[in-house]
Amino acid sequence: MSDPTAMTLAEARDALKAKKMSSRELTGAFVAAIAAGRGLNAFITETAETALAMADASDRRIAEGKAGALEGLPLAIKDLFCTKGTRTTAASKILGNFVPPYESTVTQNLWNAGAVMLGKTNLDEFAMGSSNETSAFGPVFNPWRSKGSNQNLVPGGSSGGSSSAVAADLCLAATGTDTGGSIRQPAAVTGTVGLKPTYGRCSRFGIVAFASSLDQAGPMTKTVRDAAIMLTSMASIDPKDSTSVETPVPDYESFLTQGVKGLKVGIPKEYRIDGIPADVVAMWDKAADWLKSQGAEIVEVSLPHTKYALPTYYIVAPAEASSNLARYDGVRFGHRAASPRDITDLYERSRGEGFGAEVQRRILIGTYVLSAGYYDAYYSRAQKLRTLIKRDFDQAFEKCDVLLTPSTPGPAFGVGAKTSDPLEMYLQDVFTVTVNLAGLPGISVPGGLTESGLPLGLQLIGKAFDEGTLLRAAQAVETAADFKAKPAKWWTA
Amino acid sequence: MSRTIKGQNLIKGSSGEWEIVIGMEVHAQVTSNSKLFSGASTAFGADPNSQVSFVDAGMPGMLPVINEKCIEQAVRTGLGLKAKINLRSLFDRKNYFYPDLPQGYQISQFKDPIVGEGEVTIDLKDGTSILVGIERLHLEQDAGKSIHDQHPDQSFVDLNRSGVALMEIVTKPHMRSSEEAAAFLKKLRAIVRYLGTCDGNMDEGSMRADVNVSVCKPGGYEKFRADGSFKHLGTRCEIKNVNSLRFIAQAVEYEARRQVEIIEEGGTIRQETRLFDSKQGETRSMRSKEEAHDYRYFPDPDLLPLELEQAWVDAIAKSLPELPDEKRARFIAQGLSPYDASVLVSERELADYFEDLAQGVDAKAAANWLNNEILGRLNKAGLAITEVPVTASANNAIIRMISDNTISGKIAKDLLDIVWTEGGDPKAVVEARGLRQVTDTGAIDAAIEAVIAANPEKVEEVKAKPKLSAWFVGQVMKQTGGKANPAAVNAALKTRLNLPDEG
Repeated sequence: MSDPTAMTLAEARDALKAKKMSSRELTGAFVAAIAAGRGLNAFITETAETALAMADASDRRIAEGKAGALEGLPLAIKDLFCTKGTRTTAASKILGNFVPPYESTVTQNLWNAGAVMLGKTNLDEFAMGSSNETSAFGPVFNPWRSKGSNQNLVPGGSSGGSSSAVAADLCLAATGTDTGGSIRQPAAVTGTVGLKPTYGRCSRFGIVAFASSLDQAGPMTKTVRDAAIMLTSMASIDPKDSTSVETPVPDYESFLTQGVKGLKVGIPKEYRIDGIPADVVAMWDKAADWLKSQGAEIVEVSLPHTKYALPTYYIVAPAEASSNLARYDGVRFGHRAASPRDITDLYERSRGEGFGAEVQRRILIGTYVLSAGYYDAYYSRAQKLRTLIKRDFDQAFEKCDVLLTPSTPGPAFGVGAKTSDPLEMYLQDVFTVTVNLAGLPGISVPGGLTESGLPLGLQLIGKAFDEGTLLRAAQAVETAADFKAKPAKWWTA
Repeated sequence: MSRTIKGQNLIKGSSGEWEIVIGMEVHAQVTSNSKLFSGASTAFGADPNSQVSFVDAGMPGMLPVINEKCIEQAVRTGLGLKAKINLRSLFDRKNYFYPDLPQGYQISQFKDPIVGEGEVTIDLKDGTSILVGIERLHLEQDAGKSIHDQHPDQSFVDLNRSGVALMEIVTKPHMRSSEEAAAFLKKLRAIVRYLGTCDGNMDEGSMRADVNVSVCKPGGYEKFRADGSFKHLGTRCEIKNVNSLRFIAQAVEYEARRQVEIIEEGGTIRQETRLFDSKQGETRSMRSKEEAHDYRYFPDPDLLPLELEQAWVDAIAKSLPELPDEKRARFIAQGLSPYDASVLVSERELADYFEDLAQGVDAKAAANWLNNEILGRLNKAGLAITEVPVTASANNAIIRMISDNTISGKIAKDLLDIVWTEGGDPKAVVEARGLRQVTDTGAIDAAIEAVIAANPEKVEEVKAKPKLSAWFVGQVMKQTGGKANPAAVNAALKTRLNLPDEG
């Protein structure tokens, strides 16, 4: 094997199982790749020593025949998951050098399966952003560049460090979190696979909260198979999360061979919005043909309240965030302003200094929409719309098994291109937020490259807790797309 | 239920009489081993910050998980208040910043509480009873404690209480005097203590009340009860965190007079939150309605709606103990006066003690013995019923010995004194010390003869004035060391001195 970092998670798993290489060797290769790839700024914290120690432990377990499902496989963890003994920042200054004395359930599940932690990946501050430019630790760069261009592009967000790391082969797979598209959009613009499971499938315990009713952890991988493997280990029924749903976790990998024959694929007509680039629409149409040619039936469906999804999202998510982020007050942990005059001064300056502009904007929006006199006009109406949006999906799923849509309105854009206009940035989530509002599973699969050589993603949306069918359809799209392109490794130069 | 207000409850102002209207919000700490949304202990008096989980400290990524025991306790309390149990309720976040509130919000129930309308009967000193309506009961988290007096320029925070489950019990404005307000809280305390849902310990802050007071002209309250419109009532002020029955009465009295004075001087009452200063015996402004926080309540997305099954609620209802009202009715049926019954049921321990004491003896006699002898001695010694040195069964034995004439009432009191201070089995003490009552007529007759022989002049006096026979009885009792049965002495004297029957 020439470059072990180029392997998929499944390939690496099989290689370790066959004892073709050790976890130590594999992990060492990733540690070196991460060091060489620092120009991407994908990691906030590298944990090479921990990684190698975990790899050695895995090698011992493999030797003893006690290997777990992910034994010895090096992963990157979005720095929103609390990791015991390893600094967790949420890409915010306000957490300072916070080192959690506890482990998130999702990462604990991964370690229990034998996985190796390479480090903590960069993200938009508190997962608020679609370009990884709001991070207090600087922007992350997309490994992809337009043909013949040296311009740095964004890796999407908020899980931009994870998408960049997976696309650049700095890890076998990564964890992400998705509140409005934060797994699927970065996956789409980096040519990787990103799966947002059904709300309640993965525990939120130990994940720094952004918007509790929307947040969901999921895998970011090189292939659909890898996403299935990761989800099988990440998902669990967790008594520590009251919104965790008591549905057994199947072996998701087993669904992949089932094909799409007879599957009904819905195309929501409201997603054909004005201003989407022609190549996005063309790829969407092509994907429908791919599925049809593999035996699926294409049906047109309607999601009439789609146009209200973004406004609804930008009321619900900031409202919850304004409350979730109240605990960062400089009193017990994280950043505290120097020599405060009194408690109000302590709060105002600690939070003013600790939170970046986008986070402050969302706290203000959220505080406003929950305020007396505005609650009914905003929050309460948004909740009603959310119910209608969910009902749209329920009705659509009476006619089909999965939905097919583009993942994003376009490919990766230049660093700084959208930072001056928050609304323009918020449009990045136009195809993905509906899924969070409805609590459904969605996956982005690479569909191909634009004329300028940038990846585009296709989104499939499934019924609640029907990730199995979703993965079957995703596998069919992946097979037909046959996406083999890799970005040129400009960052190692 | 409407009633005419009694004259003594009206306040006399310069412009005439005023009536007080009172509503209450009582915070009662749920008796449970762990907190409302975490597994941390709730025991009182532990070292600061020694009972704090990551959830209670508001650490990043921590999530609340409801404690089923606390839900059960709230339902149990609701049933004890004869209230509607809401099978679906919601938890909301009440948002505000304070260092003893680690999450930056308190999880509470705003729109959909777990318990709806109910009622409490309170018994007043004059023997009448009134009904106080309960508006709702909801569950919420307690905050931690800020400590400002240990360092010149730093404050400390103890999070032991952070996250402890509280029940907030809200009444309708159905109380109309300081006596009623105090009686309500006393009754509510008795109910939760009977139920075992709150220890009612006001000193430790397990129970505290916010008291809403307003005044109106006589008749306003009746109109309010008739049409439910608050326009008939005055503007209310809320007195926060009053933590004793005595203070509640004082605070109501002070606040009502303050309001009357302001109105009569041409002023208006500002709706505001006030503090009761127990040292000065007065209420002071804390913040006005305009300064009130905007708490930005919204449903807590970390918690699903709380859904209860009727069968589960029914099972709790079946397990409820006999409550004060039922116990009182039973005691009255057993022959106690309404007043005695009310006193005895006011504390569960007292009622339990009484029931053990009254086992197989006349209830009235047992109540008298408890009220006159036991409570009197406890009062003198400053002891609670739980600290009584003589068991109920020992007292029961004493009462039985009185009723079967083994000892006289007088001896019984002496006997209680002995076992109170020295301990021991009352029957054994009676035998050992020869306290048995003398009913042997021969012995009594001998004593009578001895008294007559020593006081011949008294015999003539008694014959003239039969009422003076009491002197003879006393002398005979003395002669027998108090052991003679007084009835037998009376009868023997009558025969011996030929006294008329009514003597």
